[in-house]
Amino acid sequence: MLAARDIGIRLGGRTLVAGLDLELAPGECWALLGPNGAGKSSLVLALAGLRAPQAGDVAVDGRPLSRWRRAELARRVGVLLQDDTSEFWGSALEHVRLGRYPHAGATWGRDPDGDAAARAWLARLDLVGHADQAYATLSGGERQRARIAQLLVQDPAVLLLDEPLSHLDLRHQVQVMEALGERARAGRTVLMALHQPSLAARYCDHAVLLYDAGRSSAGPCADMLTRSRLEALYGCRLESAGLSIPT
Amino acid sequence: MKALPAFIVALVPATLAVAVAQGSVHIGVVQLAQALAGRGDDVLREIVWDVRVPRALAAFACGGLLALSGVLLQVLLRNPLADPYILGVSGGASVGALLALVLGLAAGALQLFALAGAALSAGAVFAFSRGSAGWNPYRVLLTGVALSAGAGAVVGLLLSLAPAAQVQGMLFWLLGDLSPAGDPTLALFVLAACTALATSRAAALDVVLLGRDKAASLGVDVTRLQSMAFACATVATVAAVLLGGAIGFVGLVVPHLLRLAGIRAHLLLLPLSVCAGGSLLVIADTAARTVTPPSELPVGVITALIGVPALLFLLARLR
Repeated sequence: MLAARDIGIRLGGRTLVAGLDLELAPGECWALLGPNGAGKSSLVLALAGLRAPQAGDVAVDGRPLSRWRRAELARRVGVLLQDDTSEFWGSALEHVRLGRYPHAGATWGRDPDGDAAARAWLARLDLVGHADQAYATLSGGERQRARIAQLLVQDPAVLLLDEPLSHLDLRHQVQVMEALGERARAGRTVLMALHQPSLAARYCDHAVLLYDAGRSSAGPCADMLTRSRLEALYGCRLESAGLSIPT
Repeated sequence: MKALPAFIVALVPATLAVAVAQGSVHIGVVQLAQALAGRGDDVLREIVWDVRVPRALAAFACGGLLALSGVLLQVLLRNPLADPYILGVSGGASVGALLALVLGLAAGALQLFALAGAALSAGAVFAFSRGSAGWNPYRVLLTGVALSAGAGAVVGLLLSLAPAAQVQGMLFWLLGDLSPAGDPTLALFVLAACTALATSRAAALDVVLLGRDKAASLGVDVTRLQSMAFACATVATVAAVLLGGAIGFVGLVVPHLLRLAGIRAHLLLLPLSVCAGGSLLVIADTAARTVTPPSELPVGVITALIGVPALLFLLARLR
């Protein structure tokens, strides 16, 4: 599905990722963990084909990203970006509906399937009362859920999410994790950058750990989310962070 | 709310009819209908078909082109206060036109000089703004503002050097004036072509509002879309400036009024801005021709008198 070979990413003179190999298969749910500045966002951008890595290559369905047309790739790979730089003037529903663009670019505004999907995901993420509200007036957490709903409406085969839980309260963190886990069980591939190892352990089956200086490890959660690895990853004791993970 | 698009489209024939009916020679409804049908008095027919209809269509084309350009630049520069002149086109055209006036050249040469000035400044903006990662909105804005300021200085120089007899003609050009507009056929063609081209990419323009990376991840070739939209906006602005000089505020205010009225999808926003901008300029130009007979006001004065309060109202609402 999505395969990365020997990825190297440098930014501002620092090596963030070096020699990383990844193979994401359908039905897998991956957590991407690492301290601030470890290169999680840069890796997500590289996997989504939005920034070419300095070394290595990324392929989708065995074809390198550089050989995909953007419109075609958008039906296979979708991304939730960390920064919301949009100046969107429309309503929350209009925002979510834009996720249909890769499928319905030329329907001249009439897209009943897209409307139904957008309304269903808005309802699923507790936004049904905000459908007609201006996107710009939503709260940070509501905006985050609208952006996630947009990605779910896009419904690509591979979902890459950079900190999907930021701005979300506990209820909505669980809601989003369950929705994403469901997509994985429906055969999609999910990879998300997270800061919550406990949620990663609960909902994901695989994990990528990005340490400093470009070191990384990847594999099943059972091997990755161990006390020794996590304490090395974050440079702190798990008890002092209120976490208890079996060793 | 559903009726608003239909109302805006209906403004087009309504304002054109008012423009053709109003003027220094009074023409009654029956006579007007006869003249439009090509019958009745020869003189009235000539006034209607050779003077008022071309003038009204020129005003419509000019207003439509400016509003279209405004919509595109506001999306591309991600700046709600962008207007067609941000590209430095009007500054360059003004320098060219005033140079031709100072040199005492004929009207045809003036158009050529204005076109050359507009093309030079638009070319400079493009040359400075196109980086390896595509178009950089900040560079477009900065280059455009710098070139406009430079052009303003040259315009001031030409005005102070010019003989007193020429200064009024120059001022009319600078303020925007449709009286020398001439045949609007080419401008109407440019308007139709640019509107069709931009509207055919309406869905992609909606997506671009989400930001460059997100739009790319949804399948938009952002650099190509930006190139199309910048080219469209530049051609539209140049055509408008050649027709009526630097008429202000239409391109800035019309798209915002429609967005505030709830028309935000570009599929509707683009054509309706053309209709509303065109109609606004037809009415403003009719007022410019008729409020102080027998002399005419520069239409740019009227649009600014409408546009400044409208803009301040907008800013108060957006606060």
